[in-house]
Amino acid sequence: MRITITVNGVDHSVDVRGPESLLHVLREEMALPGSKNACEQGECGSCSVVLDGDVVCSCLVMAVDANGSTVRTVEGYADHDVLHPVQTALLDGGGVQCGFCTPGFVVAAAELFDVNPTPTSDEIREALAGNVCRCTGYGAILRGLEELAARNAGGGA
Amino acid sequence: MRILAGGTDLVPWLRDDLITPDLVVDIKRLPGLGDLDVVDGALRIGALVTFADLVASPLIAKFLPMLGEAAGTVGSVGIRHRATLVGNICSAVPSCDSGPPLLVHEAMVHVIGSEGGRVVPIREWFLGPKQTVLDRGELVAHVTVPIPPVPRGAAFVRLSRYAGEDLAQASVAVLSLPEGEWRVAFGALAPTPVRAPAVEAALSGRQANDGAIADALRLVPDAIAPITDMRASKEYRMAMAGVMLRRALHLAETRRAGAGPAYGTAVM
Ligand code: FES
Ligand code: FES
Repeated sequence: MRITITVNGVDHSVDVRGPESLLHVLREEMALPGSKNACEQGECGSCSVVLDGDVVCSCLVMAVDANGSTVRTVEGYADHDVLHPVQTALLDGGGVQCGFCTPGFVVAAAELFDVNPTPTSDEIREALAGNVCRCTGYGAILRGLEELAARNAGGGA
Repeated sequence: MRILAGGTDLVPWLRDDLITPDLVVDIKRLPGLGDLDVVDGALRIGALVTFADLVASPLIAKFLPMLGEAAGTVGSVGIRHRATLVGNICSAVPSCDSGPPLLVHEAMVHVIGSEGGRVVPIREWFLGPKQTVLDRGELVAHVTVPIPPVPRGAAFVRLSRYAGEDLAQASVAVLSLPEGEWRVAFGALAPTPVRAPAVEAALSGRQANDGAIADALRLVPDAIAPITDMRASKEYRMAMAGVMLRRALHLAETRRAGAGPAYGTAVM
């Protein structure tokens, strides 16, 4: 079946045969390998994308199911060299080590901060509760994002 | 044949060949299955209503806050945006988080099929792990949950290995109703979510004081049948079931009196 998905503002049409996931077609058919496949079970969040406005695990969405949808992947957050504020916060805070989990954290955190620029620590933790990181121990990720929230609050929000 | 709504169970099960249906039917564009409204004194929760919808719903917060409390513990943000309550009871894993709340609320499952419709009390719904009374060719249109009388207080207490999207190691739902009625159900502690009528009878007409709780806790081992798996041992589950029931009873009683921590506050 031929499906069309608008990813980061660009229409992509691909053929799908069976129950392959949105994650699979993003990575293998649409040349968008930013979303990572770590578990394919919905456990780790490394495949997080925004599907029609909601953060989802793209490994749990059938590609056919996303036909006609609008998707934003981690590739859709930086404007050329200008990073999204959460990307800068993760980099500056030392929240990136091997980087495998980072795309998922960027998507989940960006969706939080775009709606609520000054989240509490609990709100940050809840938004990121589905994202697993094997390297950082989470402290640097959380501190970086808490500092971003504090800067946003100080900036007259 | 399998029905596809959110797909958060179905997609990985298909990928891992845990199920091999001849047909997968996506119901997301069928009209009327997304309803979340009040009909005849009950909340009607359509097959397409996600856990994120339940968490955000003012109707749920007002009439069934403990169901909202349970919905907020399901998976993670990314799972709750897709996973549906009806899908949760159709997947029917022993740890399904909607099971205990729906059991104490005595929900009804509204099934439609080519022969017409039928309504199944939630208590008769679960047959075993991943097994329900749903037949081939049938689908669940919605679940109705009666709005309980006031004053009421309830609690959903859930144990998992970490506060992310882990499945429950054990869960307890308690509903305290007028005239000393108590309802109690457990999740992840038996092949299906289970009501605990003997525990309820021991509490009936009583306050959740030390004596009543001690009587109730003595009956817990006979109300459940936990197993050992990768998430917890049977002994640990058995021990924690009592701890969790004690907390849930206290919580439900304080909430019934209009006090206590807000619904959604973790107590484990
Ligand atoms: S790869 Fe999708 S949640 Fe892990
Ligand atoms: S930085 Fe390595 S998994 Fe998170």
